[in-house]
Amino acid sequence: MNATIGRLLLTRLVAAILTLWFVATVVFVITNLLPGDVAQELLGQSATPEAVAGLRKALGLDLPPWQRYLEWLWKMVQGDAGRSLVNGSPVAALIGSRLGNSLILAGITALVAVPVALVLGITAAVHRGSVYDRVVGAGTVLAVSVPEFLVASAAVLVFAVQLRWVPALSQLGRLETVLDVVRTFALPVLTLTFVIVAQMARMTRAALVDVLSSSYIEMARLKGAGQARIVVWHALPNAIGPIANAIAFSLSFLLGGVIIVETIFNYPGIAKLMVDGVSTRDLPLVQACAMLFCGAYLLLVTMADVAAILANPRLRHR
Amino acid sequence: MSSTTIPARRGPMAILARTGRMIMPAIVLFWLAMAFFGYWVAPYDPAGIQDADLFEGMSRKFWLGTDYFGRDMLSRIVAGARYTVGISLMATSLAVASGVLLGLAASAIGGFFDAAVSRFLDALISIPSKMFGLVLVAAFGASIPVLVMTLAVIYLPGCYRINRSVAVNVAALDFVAVARARGESTLYIMLREILPNMIGPVLADFGLRFIYVVLLLSSLSFLGLGVQPPQADWGSLVRENMPGLPYGAPAVIMPAIAIASLTIAVNLTIDSVFGRHTREGVR
Amino acid sequence: MEPLIDIRDLRIRARTAEGQDIEIVKGVSFSVRRGEVMGLIGESGSGKTTIALATMGYARYGCRIAGGTIRIGDIAVTSLDEKGLQQLRGQKIAYIAQSAAASFNPSRPIMAQVIESALIHGLMGEAAAREKAISLFRAMAIPQPETIGNRYPHQVSGGQLQRLMAAMALITDPDVVIFDEPTTALDVTTQIEVLKAFKEAIRDRNTTGIYVTHDLAVIAQIADSITVLRHGEVQEIATTSQLISNPRHEYSQKLLAAAEPALRPSPVTDRQARPLLRVSGMSAGYGLTGKDGMPAVPVLRDIDLTIGRGRALGVIGESGCGKSTLARVIAGLTPASRGTVTLDGIDLAPGIAGRSREQLREIQLVFQMADTALNPKVTIDEIIGRPLTFFFGMKGAARDRRVRELLDLTRLPATVQHRFPGDLSGGQKQRVNFARALAAQPKLLLCDEVTSALDTVVAAAILDLMAELRRELGLTTMFISHDLKTIRAICDDIMVLYSGRVVETMPAAALETGRHHPYAGLLLGSVPALRTDWLESTEAASLQVQGVPPALSSGGCAFFPRCTLAEPGRCNTEVPPFRDYPGGIGAACFRLAAE
Repeated sequence: MNATIGRLLLTRLVAAILTLWFVATVVFVITNLLPGDVAQELLGQSATPEAVAGLRKALGLDLPPWQRYLEWLWKMVQGDAGRSLVNGSPVAALIGSRLGNSLILAGITALVAVPVALVLGITAAVHRGSVYDRVVGAGTVLAVSVPEFLVASAAVLVFAVQLRWVPALSQLGRLETVLDVVRTFALPVLTLTFVIVAQMARMTRAALVDVLSSSYIEMARLKGAGQARIVVWHALPNAIGPIANAIAFSLSFLLGGVIIVETIFNYPGIAKLMVDGVSTRDLPLVQACAMLFCGAYLLLVTMADVAAILANPRLRHR
Repeated sequence: MSSTTIPARRGPMAILARTGRMIMPAIVLFWLAMAFFGYWVAPYDPAGIQDADLFEGMSRKFWLGTDYFGRDMLSRIVAGARYTVGISLMATSLAVASGVLLGLAASAIGGFFDAAVSRFLDALISIPSKMFGLVLVAAFGASIPVLVMTLAVIYLPGCYRINRSVAVNVAALDFVAVARARGESTLYIMLREILPNMIGPVLADFGLRFIYVVLLLSSLSFLGLGVQPPQADWGSLVRENMPGLPYGAPAVIMPAIAIASLTIAVNLTIDSVFGRHTREGVR
Repeated sequence: MEPLIDIRDLRIRARTAEGQDIEIVKGVSFSVRRGEVMGLIGESGSGKTTIALATMGYARYGCRIAGGTIRIGDIAVTSLDEKGLQQLRGQKIAYIAQSAAASFNPSRPIMAQVIESALIHGLMGEAAAREKAISLFRAMAIPQPETIGNRYPHQVSGGQLQRLMAAMALITDPDVVIFDEPTTALDVTTQIEVLKAFKEAIRDRNTTGIYVTHDLAVIAQIADSITVLRHGEVQEIATTSQLISNPRHEYSQKLLAAAEPALRPSPVTDRQARPLLRVSGMSAGYGLTGKDGMPAVPVLRDIDLTIGRGRALGVIGESGCGKSTLARVIAGLTPASRGTVTLDGIDLAPGIAGRSREQLREIQLVFQMADTALNPKVTIDEIIGRPLTFFFGMKGAARDRRVRELLDLTRLPATVQHRFPGDLSGGQKQRVNFARALAAQPKLLLCDEVTSALDTVVAAAILDLMAELRRELGLTTMFISHDLKTIRAICDDIMVLYSGRVVETMPAAALETGRHHPYAGLLLGSVPALRTDWLESTEAASLQVQGVPPALSSGGCAFFPRCTLAEPGRCNTEVPPFRDYPGGIGAACFRLAAE
């Protein structure tokens, strides 16, 4: 670790925090530009003006926008996301009860998807131009072109309806045996993996093809190095940055993917919570979920940046 | 010299690729035509309940079966193209047009304008697209004009980023310096020197962006947050027929396959027109 | 004696981006005896690198060896399988590439890469290999031989990397070494050291080699015989001395003529001609300008120059010395932060925005790469016609006629008028580049490396065109180049830039004679002459100190770190003033002043 790397890492961290703040501002502005009046909408057209005014005061809607913004931001920083407009319970508690489920789903998917994608991407790059490469290429184009719910419904149709291996809906709570776990997570994980493996394999392949066409790889070949040595010793160390970027970027697709998957499998995670929040226009809940997802995305992107900085020999050895 | 060469293509893959090159643009054109005329060429009234069971399978009479009301699926899909293709096309055009304009301006003007626009739009990229969609729909509802604007806003930053980088690369070339040194106006440089050299990448990006928009719109509709009943795009068709999934009804799968046929066809058309490398690096 | 390398009827095919299968090497045969070096010379597209790589049984992505035989001793390279080829490469036959910076893996220390082939082939233990590498570093005169191997490629200068790559090739004592343009990417003052190191290594080890280059003067120093290639076919094979004294093939004769460009007579011989352009006290660079008028990243400092009406000034210096920035400052593309640019007695505003259209018209720039200087989406007619419309309001038939006149003036066929730049050859594009500049009827033409991207024979024709234009139109020109030979061929006066400062100005006639600034002397002495004993006889290599890369220091002479004559305590603390010397030479050097 040297001063340059330290400074770069610090810059990335500061940039991430500033971006998060910017995102928070955007989310606040959008959710407060609402043409209607939240209090009026909640109470319905028949409500008395007094009742509406009372709710407005209770929600803090009588304050000027910038004051509401600062208050909201300050509470967000402290982890207080307010109360749900629909059932009045604290948003933090709602999210807390669901967050674990989503993390488990995302974690299992990442564990399955990353190795599969890396193997596909690397082998395709190494055998660039071969039939195998073209099959992988065509397969991944198909996979990224297909909506997640097609994959999910096809999976349900095949594995739940036709083969009856797994239940069509995921119900947590009956996780007594390993088989239960597999049966519960199989379809959601399969669907998510399908979607992100394609993205990740494509980007990994592109990164490695780039490195493999550089002069020092040709030089290694002309020194008599074998294929394995060229890939492992020469190419991969130089592809770490781009590959880390590919992984992080693809994992961020998970964030979008879980929204569909949790809905279709009725999985009790926060994405489902958010979709329900949007349907009921429960803005505090939507704001909090959005911030959580954006935070996760920024975390991934920042981690990829950090990996790229740490893997860069020009920065590491000055 | 070697960088311009690619390995020999022979055998069944090549034949497949050649046929694909003809079929794929045909599919794209077909759906485009359906977006305009689908409502009139549909074999049955898309909204009319037919003399049939619910979730009927495929038959002579109802090629793609019937839906949860007993309506003809083929007619509903053909009519739904208007929403899926139409909304996506409008949103993509809006996003790409503003992205190209801003990107061009940023590259030709540079300086503070470039920095300010780039910073702002780059920060917007860090909101995942589906999330952005949900927040916007939560705030503004899901009428069709709002959906078009929402989709355009979501994809504008990515569009700007790619077009700016293409424009900046062109602007760095010597012929632009020659035009500057001659005293040409910024507008002339943007429109006559830079823009003509961006056409290829812009069209390729338009196609890819269109795919993303179709997928996002379908996802929103699938979640019930996109096109609202009684209007129905392909995502809505999947959603409303989900109860038929346990029976393996074609009503669930067919609209999803329609989406896939459109996106895959666009994807492969771009590949064959612009070459595979255009896609890499596009976000 | 049996030849060590024997290539018979070699054919290599490649698949183009459009999917066509074309033959790029068309039945090439030659052989090299043990202990001799064969030079392969040719222009871009002649197939010289492809042939050299094929000697190792290697073809780049998209290319394949389609026919013929290659033998190295008793090994038939063309019938080896992948395993056999791996054993051959790096052990029996080694490769030295054009760009060392790109050929070293940035993620691995240098030593690990230098000894890699010895370890792969199991020729020696790691400790022995390291020891051998260090002795090779010594033999190559690489500074700090004991420790340089621990560094990473980006921590070492280009000239040193090139020699490290030679050590990497020699570590296994290969029978054959392929040199693929190994000095082309280097500055001429660095090239000479690397050439010396190569030549000594070849002589000491009795190496058999194939040396690929486009530079006849370079190859004359190294090769015993030369194969002249064009479009993948052999034109002539001869011994080096025979080829440079008495080339038989017509194409060889052209190459030879282009290698030593003849002096084009100047139309204006009066050195005191009334000045057209005057630059004084000019500094420029990038980033914000400070209180003292200096930019954050200065590229040029305190530049003074004048060009007489009708005369041609050549500006020479190594890459990064600021010579291209000089042209951009005069044209207004990079505004000067300090000093003035005066054209025909009128001070010009620093930036384009502040100059009148008439002033912009009077100065025209011609860029190096015709490929990027012409908009590929615009017809030649529009490219040349636009300045006519823009500056003179010409339209329709009048413009059309003038465009055709300009095409004729630049010796282009009228048929190109409605074509696009992509349809033209490199030389034709460069002519269009000139025609566009001439359309504005400029007083001053700034030419930035206009021949550098062209093959030598084509470049010679462009030089002829320039000389003609000067004679016919009385153009005043500034000609920027890194190549002394082209500058001398066309220019009346020469200005030497080093690290953003003018270190010397001289009339072209004073090149061979007179006393020069140490850097200018080094530069003049480093240009290879077209005779076989030049490398042994030149003393240029002893004119510079090894190591430290040049940096623009405000506290002294920028050449101080590399100067063997430098006087510590003075040269590194004060900026030497510019003074006039006999023979019309002006230079900024304390040592020259002291003598």
